[in-house]
Formats: sequence, C-alpha cells, structure tokens
Amino acid sequence: MEVIVFLVPLALLLGLFGLLGFLWSLKNGQYDDLEGAAWRAISDDDETQAPRRVELRSESRP
Amino acid sequence: MQATRDFSHYVKHLGSGVAHIDLAVEGISCAGCISKIERGLSAIPDVTLARVNLTDRRVALEWKEGALDPARFIDCLVELGYKAYPFEAVTAEAAEAENSRFLLRCLGVAAFATMNVMMLSIPVWSGNVSDMLPEQRDFFHWISALIALPAAAYAGQPFFRSAFNALRSGNVNMDVPISIGVILALATSIVETIGHAEHAYFDAAIMLLTFLLIGRYLEQNMQRRTRAVAGNLAALKAETATKFVGPDEISVVPAAAVKAGDIVLLRPGERSAIDGTVIDGRSEIDQSLITGETSHAAVKPGSAVYAGSLNISGSLRMRVSAVSEGTLLADIQRLLDHAVQGRSRYVQLADRASRLYAPVVHATAFLTMIGWLIAGASVHDAIITAIAVLIITCPCALGLAIPTVQTVASGAMFRAGVLLNSGDAIERVAEIDRIIFDKTGTLTLPELDVVNSAAVPADVFELAGRLALASHHPVASALARAAGAKSPLPGITEQPGQGVRGVLKGEEVRLGSPTFCKADDLANEVLSRDPEVSVVAFARGEKRYVFAVCQSLRPDARAVIAALQKRGVAVEIVSGDREPAVRAAAEMLQIPEWRAGVTPADKIARIGELKRQGFKVMMVGDGLNDAPSLAAAHVSMSPISAAHLSQATADLVFLGNRLAPVIAAVDHSRKSLRLMRQNLYLAVGYNCLAVPIAILGFVTPLIAAAAMSGSSILVMLNALRARTLPQENL
Repeated sequence: MEVIVFLVPLALLLGLFGLLGFLWSLKNGQYDDLEGAAWRAISDDDETQAPRRVELRSESRP
Repeated sequence: MQATRDFSHYVKHLGSGVAHIDLAVEGISCAGCISKIERGLSAIPDVTLARVNLTDRRVALEWKEGALDPARFIDCLVELGYKAYPFEAVTAEAAEAENSRFLLRCLGVAAFATMNVMMLSIPVWSGNVSDMLPEQRDFFHWISALIALPAAAYAGQPFFRSAFNALRSGNVNMDVPISIGVILALATSIVETIGHAEHAYFDAAIMLLTFLLIGRYLEQNMQRRTRAVAGNLAALKAETATKFVGPDEISVVPAAAVKAGDIVLLRPGERSAIDGTVIDGRSEIDQSLITGETSHAAVKPGSAVYAGSLNISGSLRMRVSAVSEGTLLADIQRLLDHAVQGRSRYVQLADRASRLYAPVVHATAFLTMIGWLIAGASVHDAIITAIAVLIITCPCALGLAIPTVQTVASGAMFRAGVLLNSGDAIERVAEIDRIIFDKTGTLTLPELDVVNSAAVPADVFELAGRLALASHHPVASALARAAGAKSPLPGITEQPGQGVRGVLKGEEVRLGSPTFCKADDLANEVLSRDPEVSVVAFARGEKRYVFAVCQSLRPDARAVIAALQKRGVAVEIVSGDREPAVRAAAEMLQIPEWRAGVTPADKIARIGELKRQGFKVMMVGDGLNDAPSLAAAHVSMSPISAAHLSQATADLVFLGNRLAPVIAAVDHSRKSLRLMRQNLYLAVGYNCLAVPIAILGFVTPLIAAAAMSGSSILVMLNALRARTLPQENL
C-alpha cells in the first residue's frame, strides 16, 4: 500500500493541470462567445484569426 | 451639404499605434455570417483584428492608427449586408462581465476540488466498512483538507462577501446559512481529523459550494446576456446628432459628444437626440414619444424641442441646451426617480424563502445540541450532531431552485420575442391581474401605415411609392415603405413644406399636400370619413389620388386582448392622446375602460389608485411620458421601438410588430412561478427527510453527499420543464 503515497499526489497533480488549463482558457477569452464557438467548429474554411493576432501582438508589443 | 461621420468618440487607443472599436451588428445569425464578416473586414489594409462575438452580436476591430477612418468599417459591413453601429460599453456591463468571469473561475476551482476530494472520500467511505488502516484514513483526510481549505477560501468568496454585507446592514439572506454551514463543516472536519475520527465533511462542504456556484453562474449569465442585448439596442438606436463644425460644415457625431451651446441641424424625418432651442427654420414636430399626443406641434425660432421629437417638414437649426433645462424631461425624471424607489421594496421569492429558512435551520441545530446534552451525550458529540444538521440542511437545492427556472424560462421567453431586463420580473409578471396599455406605439404600430391602399390602383400605388422615396417627410416614408418601393425616380425636385414633383414620360407627377397636388376636394372627402388619418395626395397628369396614412393597430392586438381577458386579466387603455383616437381604438379592441389626454402624473395616480384597490398592475407603454408609470407599476413592458428611457425602465422588452409576446410573457411567467414554488417545496421536502436522520446523529458524510446531489439534480430536472408551453393559436 506504500504506492498510494506516490499515486495520490500524482493524481492530484494531473487534476491540477486540468484546472490550470481551464483557468488559462478562461483568461484567453475562450468562454466569451460560447454560441460563436459552436458555429465556428462546423465552419468549412479554417482561415482563423487567432494566429494573426498572436503574431501582431508580439510585433507591436515587444 | 454632405455630412462626414465622426466616430472618434468610440475609438479606444491601445498604445503602440493600435486603435480599437466595438461595433454592434444587426443580423448576425450563423457561421456563414461570422466568416463573411471577418474575411470582409480583414481584407481592409491595416486591419489587424476582426473578431465576431455571436453571443453578444458584436464585432471587435483593431487597426494600425493612421489613414484608416472607422466609418469605412461601417460601409464595408453595409456592403456585406449588415447594419452596424459603434458601440460603447456601459460601465455596468463591463463590471458584470468581470463578475461572470470571476464566478466561472470560482466554479472551476470548486469543481476541481470536489472531484479530487471525492476521489479520496470514496475509498474512506468504503474502507470504513472493510479494512482501511486508521493511518491511511488520516492521510486521506489530511490531503482532503489540503485541497478543500484553499479551494473553499477562494471559491466561497461570492457567498462570504454577500453574507458579510447582509449581516453588516442587519439583514439575513440565503448566503448567511450557506456561509455558516460551510465554515462550520470545514472547522469541525479539521478538529475531527486532528482527533483521528472516522468522519470528516470536507467533501460535503466543497460539493455544496460547487452546486451553488452553478446556480449563481447561471443567474449571472442570464443577466449578462439581457444586458448585452439591451446595450446593443441602445447602440442600434444610433443616438446621433448632426453638428456644425464650421459655418457650412456638418459632421454626424454621437449624442454623447454634443455639448451645451453647440449648434446642430435637424432635418425632416430625423428624431432629435438632444434638447435644444430653435434658432433658425420653421417646421412641425411630432412629440408623440414624449407626450403621447399624435397631432403635430408647430415650431419657430425660440421654440424648445425635446429629445425624442420627430421633425416633420422643414430643416431646423438648434442650439443645444443643458439637459437639466428641459423642464418636461426634468419633470419626467423626477417622477421616475420617485417611482423607482417605491418598487425596490419588492422582496424576491428567494429572499422571502431564505428569511424563513435561516432562523428555522439555526434553531433546529441549536435545539438538537441542547437535546443531546439533556439526553446525556458528551459536549463533543452534541456539537458534532448539531453541525451535521446544519450541513444536511444547507440550502443547496434551495440555491438552485430559482436561478435554474429563471434561466430556462428566460431562454424560452427570448425565443418568443421577450427580453428580460431584470431577473425577478418573471415572479412579478406571474402575479398580475390587470394590464394598462398605452395606445400610441404600443397597441398601435410605432410606424405610420397606408390604410386605403385597396382603394388605389396597384400601379399608381407603386409609382407614388417610388416618388415618395425622394422625400424625407415621415408620411412619404410610410407610403414608400407600404408600397415596397426600392428604386427612386430620376429628376425629382423637392418643394420644401409642400411635396415633391418631377416629370415622367412627358406627364407631370406630384406627391405632397392636397393643395400642392390640387386635390383638396378628394382629401376632404377622405378626412370626413376618418378624421384621425393624415393625408398625402398624388397627381399624375389630370388624375388625382389621396392616400390615408395613420398608425394602425398591431395585427394581433384584438386577439391578444381577448386572450388576456380570457385569462382573467383586466385590460384598460390610459393614453396621452386625444379622446376620439383613444375611443376608436378602445371600441375596435372591445376594451370597456379607457382614459384619454392623461398626463404622466395622472398615469401614476391611476396606477396608485389601482394598487390601493389591491390590483397587481402591469404597465405596457413606449413613450417618454410612460417612463414614470412603467417604473411605478408592479411590473412593466415596452416594445423595442420605445424611447430609450422607457426601455431602460421597463422590466421586459418585446420584439416585433405583434402583441403576442405579452401573452407569452404572462404564460411563461405563470408557469415559471409554479415551477419555482414546486422546486422550493422539493428542496424543503428533501430536507424534511434528511433532518430527522441528522438529529438522531446517523448522518455520515456519504448520506450528506447523496442528499445534496440528489436534491440538486431533481430540482434542475424540474426546472427544464419551463422550456415549453401548450401551444395556442392567436
């Protein structure tokens, strides 16, 4: 049973990663437009704006 | 004189040469729209970000500052087929969005903690009946504490703060028993863990927070959504003014950017966004939005024009006066403030429930402790049992009972064309037994309509409609709209104050006042039949026609009134309009009780009188003159075309040309209130089953967890029933 000393913290760590992922996505504005996100998923063309935004941000705000 | 549009008021400068603007856009509905708009706007050079928000129906744009004029985005959207208006976020809305994100963060933390504490609790529960070593159990309890304590400290903030504020002002709300329950449960669990006890309640405390946060988030989200729609409406109404920036140079600016002393131009067909005094020009203005009076008032230099007035015939130059100078608006504002205070005394169902609930629960816990002490139990056991009572009665389902129904019902009402301005409006609409309708713009359509189109040949009607496109006069616009005219005739000239004329295939065509078209006899004949209409004459060669234009009743008004009466709701008309017009509408709709020529103060007096007789009154109105009575009534409703102030005051706003949303609001609200009550009974019933077990001291953490999640799920499932109503054809 000594293995739980190792396994329990590991499980918690994995859960913590999930929580951090959620907080990151929230901060990233992914919950701001739930309806739009649903439609974007089925949109055919993949010309997304997100990569452009990142690229321009890094150039305008070093 | 061509006006330039100046949107600099709305542009935010983000620094490092990037500018930002938010646009509210009409007509976005699907994925196609998103990619069409984003691609179209991104194609403009220098645009760095174009992002559609479908939930709020808005577009965020960023571009490199420089040559690009924000007006170009609006033009681009018009080319794509969308109407767009610059949008300025209200501070309240920004605060609400931030609050919503905070609640979601709390919910995330609480849900994470619940899952992990449960992962540890289940082995403990099953280990207690099998062969778990006490050391292992303590280890699991300590890890649970490590997760639950910081998580509860963070995720419990919304409840702790609200409870603290309520207690400080000497009140009790639902958050007080919640906070006490959670804090005591955690404190006992720590004490028990230190004492190597069998049971700890970390899981129950944190799960309670998770369920309650779900309810809180749903409630918040519903409010945010209606606030966003209301914000867009304000932007779509485009309160702009045409301001003189030079002697002959004009610019269209948002009303917020106009200052007292500025000179503005008000053209025929435009609605004034500001209060001012005429300094040049003569015209007639329609003040029906302010006073309810449908006949027009003549204005000349020196006359006051109030915001909301519609200019009918000639161009006016006006000097802007300070808002407080407008005696009429100031009067209305004063009545409004007074009325709003009166209504804030309404206590929501949830608060009424918690006022009953908290003392009962705390008394039960206290009596449990005393009872066990008398029965000879140790102080430790008596306290633990009392705390178990508090935990099991923690109003988990009670916290979900009302927000879940509100969320589901507001979604259903949204689909029926009703927007909720305030969350507790549902409860108040459900209670009404009397509706007071305003006439102009509420029972009637807000726009003018041609009533005798059948008496005129179709080709003449169409031609007159195309001719009417050249005029700004509201009656002419109504004719053009009724005829469905799209393409204007070439070479038309406007004779100010009289009409428009041109030449078609060698024949002269005229549209305008009966005298201008030499059709006085025909016009008098139409007017003698119905004195309430406005007339516009049309002449082609020697032929003469007269169109009768008036505000017609909403198409389903009669059916809706009958349906309301069938539901036991008494209906009456209280209008600021003249007696003959109100009498005609009342007779047409078979409404026995009506009052005409009523001032805003008298409207409030009438509502007060009905209140004293014990009626719960709903006021439905659209004008500025209705705003105070909207606030004074038990609950109020406005059409989407209403004056800005009225719409902000009304609890509900309805869309479209039909009156049916009034019925939908009443029906949905009545059903929702029934479901809310059922949910409260369900929650209390569940507690009645669990409390005796707790008092007897048999509550294990497992029973607490099962009771809590079971009752919460039951309440949520019951709330889903608010989605549908039995169909009724009107």
